[in-house]
Amino acid sequence: MSAELQNHLADEVAIQITNMNKWYGDFHVLRDINLTVQRGERIVIAGPSGSGKSTMIRCINRLEEHQKGQIVVDGTELSSDLKNIDKIRREVGMCFQHFNLFPHLTILENCTLAPMWVRKTPKKEAEELAMHFLEKVKIPDQANKYPGMLSGGQQQRVAIARSLCMQPRIMLFDEPTSALDPEMIKEVLDTMVTLADEGMTMLCVTHEMGFARQVADRVIFMDQGQIVEQNEPEEFFNNPKSDRTKLFLSQILGH
Amino acid sequence: MKNSKSVAFVREGMIDQQPAPASQIGAVRWLKDNLFSSVLNSILTIISLLVIFWVLSGIVPWMFGGVWNASSLSECRDILNERYGNTHYACWAVLTERWQQLLFGFYPAEEIWRAVVAFVLMLVAIAPVLFESVPRKLLWVTIAFPFLMVWLVWGGPIWGPLLVALGFVLFYVSYVVLERKSSTLLALIGSLVIGLVWWMFCVGPLSEALGSALPIGDLERVESRVLGGFMICVIIGLSGIALSLPIGLILALGRQSNLWVVKAICVGFIEFIRGVPLITLLFTASLLLNYFLPPGTAFDLTLRVIIMVTLFSSAYMAEVIRGGLAALPKGQYEAADALGLDYWQSQRLIIMPQALKISIPGIVNTFIGLFKDTTLVMFIGIFDMLGLSNAIRANSAWNGINWELYIFIGLVFWICCFSMSQYSQWLERKLRTGHH
Repeated sequence: MSAELQNHLADEVAIQITNMNKWYGDFHVLRDINLTVQRGERIVIAGPSGSGKSTMIRCINRLEEHQKGQIVVDGTELSSDLKNIDKIRREVGMCFQHFNLFPHLTILENCTLAPMWVRKTPKKEAEELAMHFLEKVKIPDQANKYPGMLSGGQQQRVAIARSLCMQPRIMLFDEPTSALDPEMIKEVLDTMVTLADEGMTMLCVTHEMGFARQVADRVIFMDQGQIVEQNEPEEFFNNPKSDRTKLFLSQILGH
Repeated sequence: MKNSKSVAFVREGMIDQQPAPASQIGAVRWLKDNLFSSVLNSILTIISLLVIFWVLSGIVPWMFGGVWNASSLSECRDILNERYGNTHYACWAVLTERWQQLLFGFYPAEEIWRAVVAFVLMLVAIAPVLFESVPRKLLWVTIAFPFLMVWLVWGGPIWGPLLVALGFVLFYVSYVVLERKSSTLLALIGSLVIGLVWWMFCVGPLSEALGSALPIGDLERVESRVLGGFMICVIIGLSGIALSLPIGLILALGRQSNLWVVKAICVGFIEFIRGVPLITLLFTASLLLNYFLPPGTAFDLTLRVIIMVTLFSSAYMAEVIRGGLAALPKGQYEAADALGLDYWQSQRLIIMPQALKISIPGIVNTFIGLFKDTTLVMFIGIFDMLGLSNAIRANSAWNGINWELYIFIGLVFWICCFSMSQYSQWLERKLRTGHH
């Protein structure tokens, strides 16, 4: 393999996780995780609660620290080196289950804060950027309100816009619809589908199996801190291989 | 079907919002609800009104029938006897006679204008800090105020305070220069050393030399021991308030630090200071501290007291702010981290604005406590208002007067503390960003 081709291949890999292990005290939460995510790939991670799926994606931007193994994001290895962590966090956006908007700042300020302080974007430019993404998630008219005045679905869409304002190459979603009323889930999923259609590299921890069928390139099923099965969505849902996956699917799709 | 009624129901039209019935709002409704809701409550209301009337009928004539012009308590009583045939009235004359002393202590009478100017400047200096609508340019007055205040109140040539201020500029410049060449921590330590050397070894000789060469703005010196009254409370209280907030903030952050040494120092400091009564610290400041300092160092008593009061309240402040920090959801830290903000950015932009907002009631509580605790300096020989009231009563002219002085002192403190409390409530309303 020529060096050029190797570089090219490395460039196509967005995230490379090799033999990653993590413990909470004595409890072994993540066991030998191996995962390669290609650029532009959309991955849905499913599994019962406590299976380590959130912990795994939180390791990717170092909200959790892994103790063994290797994580390479965008060609940068995650270690305790703060410079690398900062570099990776700039490239990786994240949406949380409870939105985590900053309640003391307006919607617009929520979106301009990181570009202005981390990327040193001038205020005017940052505001234009923020309005662009707020339009994209369809709430530009709420820009001057505070998060506490918005509905849950609107808040989550703002959270997505806030992450996008950093123009990340990878987006992580940690159960983005789990805290929402049923009526609001769709508006958030629609936003995520749009994002997926534009070729964003996405890792979503979610229980929305319809979303997984519609957009995922790959579904990963985790249990007890391990990847139990992964496959293309059609195969995964119609023809699960492991017993644990079959049980899980029968329980969440059974009613 | 046993039940002939069908469960099916379809609404034809939605109901619009309607106003509440008139009998449910207004003053009559309030009276009925709160004062006369039952027979027992009506009786209690009437009894309360009678008690209030009885108390006021005693106090109001005493207050408003008082004498305002007399030179001694006996003269005051003579006037009252002549006017009412008894002396059951207030003798406010002690205030008209001695107000200057109560407010300024033994500050030389011909120099009191300086204290007044400093007081007015203080109001100008704190306005932009308290209210956002005040022009930002006034913040320059705020920055200059501490040095101007020292110069106005203690006198001497202007060089001393000016050189101390210059030390801060030196500190900042050396920090900026050093930070470019090394790490933040090294730069901070280096610039601190430079600043301390300047303040300890250069300011004294330089200000003396400049003072004799160019005696500009040479005000007559006033010794610390003649300061007193309300003025000393304001000086100590305001310095304590202004300094304890940032120190408390740093201590609160240090207590949460991952660095073991930093954490241990902060916890040790907080727990030690909180475990010792303020009066002990004040006695240390007035008596013991001199034993530890090199012989010959004249460390001003007021300054020593300010340091002790500041340390004392910053320990409390740290715990109040820690409460605010603990009340913040972990998600706020995570969101700040995930966006790539570094530690200081996320503290300054995300964590502190929210933690301080949550802590406002506790912070103001500590401020009010600190301000009232300034009366404790009486015990180390500083004549604050309470100390002066004792001195006034020891004078043969006013021997035997009690209520009038204490009411005045109480009123002055109440006005200050009540203003602080009102301000904090206004600030809390202003910062509320949830549902309206």
